[in-house]
Amino acid sequence: MRVSVSWLREYVDLPADLPTGDLEQALVDLGIEVESVVDLAETVTGQLVVGEVREIEELTGFKKPIRFCRVDVGAANGTGEPQEIVCGARNFAPGDRVVVILPGGVLPGGFAIGARKTYGHNSAGMICSAKELGLGDDHSGIIVLGSDVTAKPGDDARPVVGLDDVVLDLEITPDRGYALSLRGLARELSHAFDVPLRDPALAPAPGGTETPAYPVEVRDTVGCDRFTARLVRGVDPTAPTPSWMQQRLVTAGIRSISLPVDITNYVMLELGQPMHAFDADRIAGPLVVRRADAGEKLTTLDGVNRVLTGDDMVICDDTGPISLAAVMGGETSEVVAGTTTVLFEAAHWDPAMVGRTARRHKLFSEAAKRWERGVDPAVALVALERAVRLLAEHGGGTPSAEILDIDHVRPRTPISLPADLPTRRVGVEYPPARVVALLERVGCTVAQGADRLSEDPGAVGVASGVGTVLSVTPPTWRPDLTDPADLVEEVVRLDGYDRVPSVLPTAPPGRGLTPRQRRRRAVAGSLAERGYVEVLAHPFVSPELADQLGLPADDPRRPAVRLANPLSEEEPLLRTTLLGPLLGILKRNLGRGHRDLALYEIGAVFHPRLGAGSPPAMGVDRRPTDEEFAAADAVVPAQPVHVAVVLSGDLDPAGWWGAGRPAGWADAIEAARDVLAAAGIPDERVEVRAAEYAPWHPGRCAELRVDGSVVGHAGELHPVVVAALELPRRTSAMELNLDTLPPTPVTPAPTVSGFPPALIDVALVVDESVPAEQVRRALEAGAGELLEDVRLFDVYSGAQLGAGRRSLAYKLTFRAPDRTLTVEEAVAARDAAVAVAAERLGATLRGA
Amino acid sequence: MSYRNDPYDPKQVALLDPAALAEAVADATKAFEAAADPDALTALRSVHLGDRSPVSLARREIGALPPAAKSDAGKRVNEARRAIESAYAERAEVVEREQAERVLVEERVDVTLPYDRRPRGARHPLSTLMESISDLFVGMGYEVAEGPEVDLEWVNFDALNIPADHPARGLMDTFHIAPEGSGLVLRTHTSTVQTRTMLSRKPPIYVIVPGRVYRTDEIDATHSPVFHQAEGLVVDKGITMAHLRGTLDHFARAMFGPEAKTRWRPHYFPFTEPSAEFDVWFPEHRDGPQWVEWGGCGMVNPRVLRACGVDPEVYSGFAFGMGIDRTLMVRHGVSDIRHLFEGDVRFSRALGTGA
Repeated sequence: MRVSVSWLREYVDLPADLPTGDLEQALVDLGIEVESVVDLAETVTGQLVVGEVREIEELTGFKKPIRFCRVDVGAANGTGEPQEIVCGARNFAPGDRVVVILPGGVLPGGFAIGARKTYGHNSAGMICSAKELGLGDDHSGIIVLGSDVTAKPGDDARPVVGLDDVVLDLEITPDRGYALSLRGLARELSHAFDVPLRDPALAPAPGGTETPAYPVEVRDTVGCDRFTARLVRGVDPTAPTPSWMQQRLVTAGIRSISLPVDITNYVMLELGQPMHAFDADRIAGPLVVRRADAGEKLTTLDGVNRVLTGDDMVICDDTGPISLAAVMGGETSEVVAGTTTVLFEAAHWDPAMVGRTARRHKLFSEAAKRWERGVDPAVALVALERAVRLLAEHGGGTPSAEILDIDHVRPRTPISLPADLPTRRVGVEYPPARVVALLERVGCTVAQGADRLSEDPGAVGVASGVGTVLSVTPPTWRPDLTDPADLVEEVVRLDGYDRVPSVLPTAPPGRGLTPRQRRRRAVAGSLAERGYVEVLAHPFVSPELADQLGLPADDPRRPAVRLANPLSEEEPLLRTTLLGPLLGILKRNLGRGHRDLALYEIGAVFHPRLGAGSPPAMGVDRRPTDEEFAAADAVVPAQPVHVAVVLSGDLDPAGWWGAGRPAGWADAIEAARDVLAAAGIPDERVEVRAAEYAPWHPGRCAELRVDGSVVGHAGELHPVVVAALELPRRTSAMELNLDTLPPTPVTPAPTVSGFPPALIDVALVVDESVPAEQVRRALEAGAGELLEDVRLFDVYSGAQLGAGRRSLAYKLTFRAPDRTLTVEEAVAARDAAVAVAAERLGATLRGA
Repeated sequence: MSYRNDPYDPKQVALLDPAALAEAVADATKAFEAAADPDALTALRSVHLGDRSPVSLARREIGALPPAAKSDAGKRVNEARRAIESAYAERAEVVEREQAERVLVEERVDVTLPYDRRPRGARHPLSTLMESISDLFVGMGYEVAEGPEVDLEWVNFDALNIPADHPARGLMDTFHIAPEGSGLVLRTHTSTVQTRTMLSRKPPIYVIVPGRVYRTDEIDATHSPVFHQAEGLVVDKGITMAHLRGTLDHFARAMFGPEAKTRWRPHYFPFTEPSAEFDVWFPEHRDGPQWVEWGGCGMVNPRVLRACGVDPEVYSGFAFGMGIDRTLMVRHGVSDIRHLFEGDVRFSRALGTGA
């Protein structure tokens, strides 16, 4: 909400020489966010003067029509000759008075004005629009001063257009609709500076009359609990809006349209009551206020033909809907150039209904914004009176004696507030008298209630003790005050948040991080220590990704959670694997010239609950039962936390020490094993097996199993995937589901023997198809307890072994916990190990 | 070896002559001095102390002397031998020391050669920041609570006193999950975990919730559709706004240094009442000491307590939430939020290795 300080001063006696910084601080302390405070006098420098247009020469032959103007600026230009200015606007005629900035002046935004040749003419200065002067968003034409302006050509134009004022741009929180009005802001500032308030809503206004101003029937008093209306007859349709009113509207960002419409907007700004002006001569028959029938149509003022739903409220005449109630009027009944009979309407609508209608029709008008946030239902007649008086004053015409007032507003029920509740919630000692004084200041009526225990035990938010209970009736303009907590906020807000002391609460003893949280940290730390760089990708992916990754048609990673309103239509899905976004980041890094990359991410992937349907509706007046919540929770997609790495280029870089070592499938598998080790899974429960799984290379993909269950995959990516995603050759990757890992066991301590080891090498020849993992397992199984370590140190295949055979050379370390092993014992164990390998896998000792 | 009955050789007997022995000592000493390194010296040992050395040959002749002369001659030979051995040892110490020094010089390398064979990995700075926030609160007895990123609208909105038609819901710029009526959203705040925590456990509740949240903000230097929040929730008997301030002040000092403090501005959040936005005084700000907008906070709205099954007559609570991304950006002077999510390794490497 943009508002000038001079206007505010009409209702509240702010200190005369109030620095803008103090004003800003006061607003912030009241809970009103200040987007900007602009002293307009400082925004335009140089000569800004009133000019009178003498001649206009239309220039043709350019892309758009251009005017060459001669403008009388009095003596302001030093010569007294008319100023020659080229202008692109067309909303003015000779004789009009306009606002001219002369060469040497600077407009807001540092836009310096000079004399220059343009469109074949010399242009010395500029004729300004409201937007160019920073007065509003209106750039539809230049400012043409009203006939009520007395300034002469050459006079300083600043006071004329309001550039001698201070403009506040305020952000009002959604709970405080009343602060979207001068009335509300003035009230707030009166609290801050402790100065008198002149509430314009207290102006006298006549009540409803027996005979209505116009026949109206309200059929839905829930959607519309108040409807007031009054006629003004014999209005001069040519009467312009006074320039002071125009200025205030422009400052607020509202376009001036016509006097009756401008008045409705002006009253809305002043009192917070949105209004509508009908041309009574264009209404056929009595008005009916009702819910729309689904499918009914209405062309609103913006020219859009809208299809209505049964939740929208409409105002109808004999022809059907003529206004989308509370949101926007219709074309057929709007005030037009020849309107002489104006019917002003000031109603009160259900905020929730207005909010739904505004969202459904994407019509976020100034009126809708106020309705949603709450409008004072008691101010309608004052607003009506204000509007008809303004119209009569500036547009002639006679207000009707008849006033319509259909009032179904229910009186507010008092809130029971234990007088000590503010103290107990805030931690500041507020004596009851102080609580009462502060609440009365915001407009509440406070009565001393009876002792709460004798009155209504348990219903007012008091844990124990006997105390005074206040019966607080909030003012009509504060629909946001409904609960004791709301009143507590008013007390602490007006008393000052800065008075709240700083006290640390004492938590009960905690249990620290959960095993799952500790595991994620350990995994993340171990990958970083291994040289991987952690990244955090956005989870949005394209539907094509599944194809690019080569996922089979029935792959469980194909069904994805879809966003109804994605930022990019190209990426409407949530990832089902970390690899897509992670490979995207790999590519971005490559594009930036990084060559050797090892990246990782730990994050959630999303798997929809297929066929789960919608969650059951749950209220908020009580806790849902465990069964209700479980049923709703069952709809929430599964979101396991995965860890993934991607690798390309060299893992060990080349340098002055020698060549580098390219990253490959083995590194990806090693990363997977590292993760499992960091997660506390003992090696003997981990198994690596060959697998065929997209998007990996079918011959270079391992599946990782823990206790026999697959927990992830690792290896080199499929060449087709690498090509589809335009990745470097041999790009490798790993992805594990951390949430499927079993809990970290308590590992029994090993026996650390101080006796010397016996080392024996064996080279086993096996068929090429036998996985090394199985050979190792066989050796371990055969060697028995004396075996401490098995280390594969050479893999060899060659003609002398025969085709399809290879030799695996192992170093076996034997050790006993209680003695030095004899050669015979070690050899026996070695032989036993080899025997099992021979039996299970057909292994033979090389050279034997 | 000589024996008593060996033929007498005057020349050899002459070896026992004191002058001859002195000469042997002098010869040996001179030769040792000339040896340049341990190998050369070792080679001289057999010449001057070995079996065929003058002192060894002289000793052999002692047996040929008359008994009266033996003792005297023996003493002389032993003295000569000791002198030679001592000269050898002295020289050996010198040449070995010189040798060791020479080796140290010869083995000199250029230690400034860049040795980066194992490229450094890194955590993401947001991860480490989330962990240090968690640790701070765990140290105060809190637990770290978590929840799903796609969650029920009821959890994200309704339970937090944001009814369907409330303008605050419209302000949240929510990603909705298809199809319409799915009842699911990408959580717009970590406050979802408030709901879930209160539903799943009984007070006293002291939790910190770091996590990822989503809003439909187009990406630019200060906006990202994905960002991170840390949310604190305390529900206990007798909790006041003073406890909230104490907690935030402590948090602020941990994040922004011992001089940090907080300032509150009244604000509106549906799930807290009273509510405030809070700023933090950051003395080491890149652009000089200043107040920085940090987050929102307030006393948990009794309506929220009720919807989550906590009796507002017995318990009160506070909640606060702040942007982790923003905290990181302010602390480290990051000018563009895109750096946090583009994944350029330079960014994580620069910021993600410390705590």
